[in-house]
Amino acid sequence: MDFSSILSNAMGEIISPTTAAYALAALGLAVHFGYSGLLNFGQAGFMAVGAYGFAISTLTFGAPFFVAMLIAVLCSALFALLLGIPTLRLRADYLAIVTIASAEIIRYLVTTNGWTAVTGSANGLAAFEGGFYAMNPFPEGSYMGMSSRDFFIRLVAWILVAACAVLVFLLMRSPWGRVLKGIREDENAVRSLGKNVYAYKMQALIIGGVLGGLAGMIFTLPRGAVQPTNYGTELTFFLWTCLLLGGMATVLGPVIGAMMFWVVLSLTQGILTGLIDSGVVSWLTTTQAGQLRYILVGVALMLLMIFRPQGVFGNKKELAFA
Amino acid sequence: MLKLIGAISASIMAILLVAAPASLAASPSPTPSPSTASPFSISGFLRNAGAPLADVKINVSGGGFEGSTTSGQNGSWAVGVPEKGTYKVELDESTLPEGIKLADGQENPRDVVFGGTTTQGTVFAFGEGIVVQQGNFGQDLINRLVAGLSFGLLLALASVGLSLIFGTTGLTNFAHGEMVTLGAVLVFAFNAIGLPFWLAIVLALLGGGLSGYIQDAGLWRPLRKRGTGLVPMMIVSIGLALAVRYIIQFYFGGATQQLPYAQSAEIQLGPISISPNNLASLVISAVVIVIVGLVLMKSRLGKATRAVADNPALAAASGIDVDRVIRIVWITGGMLAALGGILWAYYRPGVTFNMGSQILLLIFAGVTLGGLGTVFGALIGSIIVGLFTELTTVFGAPADLKYVIPLGIMIIVLLIRPQGILGRRERVG
Repeated sequence: MDFSSILSNAMGEIISPTTAAYALAALGLAVHFGYSGLLNFGQAGFMAVGAYGFAISTLTFGAPFFVAMLIAVLCSALFALLLGIPTLRLRADYLAIVTIASAEIIRYLVTTNGWTAVTGSANGLAAFEGGFYAMNPFPEGSYMGMSSRDFFIRLVAWILVAACAVLVFLLMRSPWGRVLKGIREDENAVRSLGKNVYAYKMQALIIGGVLGGLAGMIFTLPRGAVQPTNYGTELTFFLWTCLLLGGMATVLGPVIGAMMFWVVLSLTQGILTGLIDSGVVSWLTTTQAGQLRYILVGVALMLLMIFRPQGVFGNKKELAFA
Repeated sequence: MLKLIGAISASIMAILLVAAPASLAASPSPTPSPSTASPFSISGFLRNAGAPLADVKINVSGGGFEGSTTSGQNGSWAVGVPEKGTYKVELDESTLPEGIKLADGQENPRDVVFGGTTTQGTVFAFGEGIVVQQGNFGQDLINRLVAGLSFGLLLALASVGLSLIFGTTGLTNFAHGEMVTLGAVLVFAFNAIGLPFWLAIVLALLGGGLSGYIQDAGLWRPLRKRGTGLVPMMIVSIGLALAVRYIIQFYFGGATQQLPYAQSAEIQLGPISISPNNLASLVISAVVIVIVGLVLMKSRLGKATRAVADNPALAAASGIDVDRVIRIVWITGGMLAALGGILWAYYRPGVTFNMGSQILLLIFAGVTLGGLGTVFGALIGSIIVGLFTELTTVFGAPADLKYVIPLGIMIIVLLIRPQGILGRRERVG
């Protein structure tokens, strides 16, 4: 078993664009749940809206990169608005059910055969990343062992994560953010101060949703393809694991949580595959090793929630639930 | 008359055929192992109305590469290709079994383009196409109504359990879908080790009840005693759902298996043509739901359950053993979910590791439509969901969107009447 390559693979996950996308989407969840107490179980839907919004406006309407990106952001904001109108006045678990249902509706809509010309149906869409890589300022060559394309996407992805993290940090420090935290703690108290709780919740839902939409874009760009099966409910649950791992009412928590999530997944995969290949473990196939990882994710989510709900970095006083 | 029956059954087959590839596309298809050692492969499953098609030839060419394969016993096929790129995939229609054709509008040959993954799936849909309206509309409507009722009642079995659990403990249980899967998987497992069919079903139902008991005793009761909030418990149930789903896949594998007697010819009951399995499912679930309803309304235990649902503290003060009631609710919920799972395996037809999570949202939709925490609301809501799921195709909605419509209706109902059909205002808060 080659420990050094397993380790370097796992370390590579820290800065991979997928990790950046998870970090961004989990940051959106932190705005929703950690700071505002909104139970959004449809973050995969926001990511799908962002990814498809970007891909469709590029491929079908021939929009340049920044226009396509703007459309993706607007689409996720609109999706948040549509979700918020019926649910934000209701109790938290209604929002949970409606968001998870809406995310699935989005997935079914992009899978349906009726719109294959636009959405590519189950096969999805591909070849829309040209506009992005055309902006690559780095000439061919090796950058810290990466090709110029790989380096460029990682750089852009993490700059975006950093910018969004700073934005969320500043927002939550502002008077607006303090009202939001107040809503999380006691909605009625804030309402009695004359604040429009509904509007604040809606704004938080939109901001977190836009972060999810951007994450969807970052998620799909390095793959060069967007496929509906990637945006199932399980993606949402993985994002929740990242969020709870790091700490829900923190800015760095979701980012570090996403890194830990992927490092642990990669490490267990590498070690299990290594053990199977070297014949130490014979009761497991490589496919089962992949499933074993997801069993571990599920168990980790349960244990985290039961024994350390504030996550690694969180503050127990800042929990969205008592 | 014979011709008419033929036309009707053909149109129903058409609906089923159109529906089958949709459900395939929606679930992440397990990747069949590539036939060669090459790093990239194009793969798929050939199924006609859920039944696998074996020995169908598929040719792949492109980029100077040519290869072909035939589908295996479970309908899976895979062709290893040397590199990512665009390949022409052609299904040799002369090798299809008698009477089976590709659906209208299915490209053959077609171009398959690799995305970011090492395996690229492509789905061939079979059937006479989308000429559903050609049959007698009234006949179609009646048949779909009965099928919808059958589907709605099997959903209701799971929803009533979910609703009882929510009513007594406040928990929105995301792991309920896995309890549904467990029932079907247990029947398959017990049957596979050679037990008689009836014994397999009885053991699976007991297993479902046991899983409810273990969940309550091992997880939810300790959490309640710690005073864990409802939202954390909901997230714990998500973790449990993920873990159990993949544990089932770990042992059961990713393939679709069939229970005994899954294939049955349709029979004619007056104006209705229905498969005996669907008819049996309809009767069984109706009887079981009536029994559950009677127990809830008439017996001491039912009264105690309703009391706990209304106000646990007051119920405890008046001498009701709240923990015992909740334990019984979990056992009942587990058994009902297992029964629903067995019936769902016959309705689809087929057993897979994620069959429960596929209908979890429809179960939620039923419960929410009827009103969270109300048992009879869950029943009515589920029947509405079942009917809408089946009827939308009659009224011209695309068959692969049939699960979208009930979910959309649930959201609209929340806009107009958030407490659901039978719910009470104060539960909404």
